[in-house]
Amino acid sequence: MATDHAEEPTRRDFLYIATGAVGAVGAAALAWPFIDQLNPDASVLALASIEVDLSTIDEGGAVTVTWRGKPVFIRHRTEAEIEAAKTVDISELRDPQTDAERVKRPEWLVMLGICTHLGCVPLGEKGEYDGWFCPCHGSHYDTSGRIRKGPAPLNLEVPEYAFIEDNRIKIG
Amino acid sequence: MSGAPTFEPQSAPAKWLESRLPIMGLVHSSFVAFPTPKNLNYWWTFGGILMFCLITQIITGIILVMHFTPHVDFAFASVEHIMRDVNYGWLIRYIHANGASMFFIAVYIHMFRGLYYGSYKEPRELLWILGVVIYLLMMAAAFFGYVIVWGQMSFWGATVITNLFGAIPLIGDPLLSLLWGGFAVDNPTLNRFFSLHYLVPFLIFGVVILHIWALHVPGNNNPAGIDVKGEQDTVPFHPYYTAKDLFAIVVFMIFFAAFVFYMPNALGEPDNYIEANRLSTPEHIVPEWYLLPFYAILRSIPDKLLGVIAMGIAIFVLFIVPWLDTSKVRSARFRPLYKQFFWLFVADCLLLGYIGAKPAEGAYLLIGRFATAYYFIHFFVIMPILGLIETPKPLPESISKAVLDKKGGGGGASEGAAASADKSA
Repeated sequence: MATDHAEEPTRRDFLYIATGAVGAVGAAALAWPFIDQLNPDASVLALASIEVDLSTIDEGGAVTVTWRGKPVFIRHRTEAEIEAAKTVDISELRDPQTDAERVKRPEWLVMLGICTHLGCVPLGEKGEYDGWFCPCHGSHYDTSGRIRKGPAPLNLEVPEYAFIEDNRIKIG
Repeated sequence: MSGAPTFEPQSAPAKWLESRLPIMGLVHSSFVAFPTPKNLNYWWTFGGILMFCLITQIITGIILVMHFTPHVDFAFASVEHIMRDVNYGWLIRYIHANGASMFFIAVYIHMFRGLYYGSYKEPRELLWILGVVIYLLMMAAAFFGYVIVWGQMSFWGATVITNLFGAIPLIGDPLLSLLWGGFAVDNPTLNRFFSLHYLVPFLIFGVVILHIWALHVPGNNNPAGIDVKGEQDTVPFHPYYTAKDLFAIVVFMIFFAAFVFYMPNALGEPDNYIEANRLSTPEHIVPEWYLLPFYAILRSIPDKLLGVIAMGIAIFVLFIVPWLDTSKVRSARFRPLYKQFFWLFVADCLLLGYIGAKPAEGAYLLIGRFATAYYFIHFFVIMPILGLIETPKPLPESISKAVLDKKGGGGGASEGAAASADKSA
């Protein structure tokens, strides 16, 4: 052993590295439960879907329901609002989406009431486009919930939902 | 540091202890005999004041936890319970809530003092960096504490601040779930913030010990910004600076008490006396006053990711200040140009704070953008360039001479003094 060149790896070097590697993998494996416990737990995930009855919302009206701890806006849009949303030139939009891509039935707009900037709840029928306006940092959304002006990068998110009856939707 | 008399235990028990754990000697050399420049002014008392603030927050905090319930259904009510039912609960909570503001007032004065007198320069770079670490931990502690009382501003402040992490590309969304423990700020978030709010002050305490340790290697900077040349330039820490610091702490306590007893809610937001409501964001949300300048920087950038990056740089730039300032002269007393830019920078920070409290629109937005630009220009342009082009005034030969000659400017052998100040460390 004493005759080995200094730069040539020895059995001992190999053992050091192998021991270190096993230790590092073990530490990482042990760290994971301590990190993953921060993630949503089973009781939070269990509340993942809700049903909403739409028959009580008149045209031009809106309700806000809570889903997964977040507000969901359900708006019964008027003809004028639908028209305004449809006639927008898509190429002008920051996050280009047609109105048809954002709704299942034109009169019902369902989306998360969470500003895509920093998570405040925008106010309805406000702002320069008569859609939504976020009071925190001044983002304006149109009648289809698309970002038009202000710091938010994306349109208001449309959650996964389906019509289970004519006047009943299931969110989630 | 030469000339410090060593500690000699007198009694038998003291000798017994000292030979096994030399803690009395450590205290004696650190806080009794420690040689301190004799020209320190009252701006140097804020270190002691900050220690007082930290201890006050820890003691009142431990007591508040005895009556607080960290749960979304009870947190807000338990704070009201503390205010109305617990004996002297109102007093302890007001001390704790205003104590956070006092802590930040003191730390900002302490930091600006460091910037004015060049206390971050060689050989005190690490001392400064440890101070910035403490400042970051203070912001974390203050934020967690503000959230757990579960008012409207708590909830929406938590929402906005945690959403900053959502701006990170790719990992933003999973990171948010990890931070929240759900799909929004909720009970798991409250619980973990409470846990961390209890932890962070003790981390601060640990870093404070490192901060003092790092201070005691080169010793204090001083208003003249020149090195201590010998015993004639110093006085022992006790009784000279223990007495001065204690007097300053008492004056600070009067200021503190004025808030606690006569205007306990002046520095808070009325909306935080409304319980958190996840369906309604307050019309006008703002952070606590001590974070307003950074909030103004965040809002002045009209892009989510870039805004977050700008705010991050605005804070983290403090870490590299020792290398951004190229001047060899420490104290602004002898830097005629830096002195003016220093006050401009103070004004800019105050302006950013004012803008941060106003809605982000119209003239406020425009002024905010200029003030933000100037904030970065100060650090990245003015600080490096000034050191190269500025002609400093002659430095005094020694602290003693500066003290005796009240005008401060020594004249004569200025170049030699400057050169020897550079060499020593």
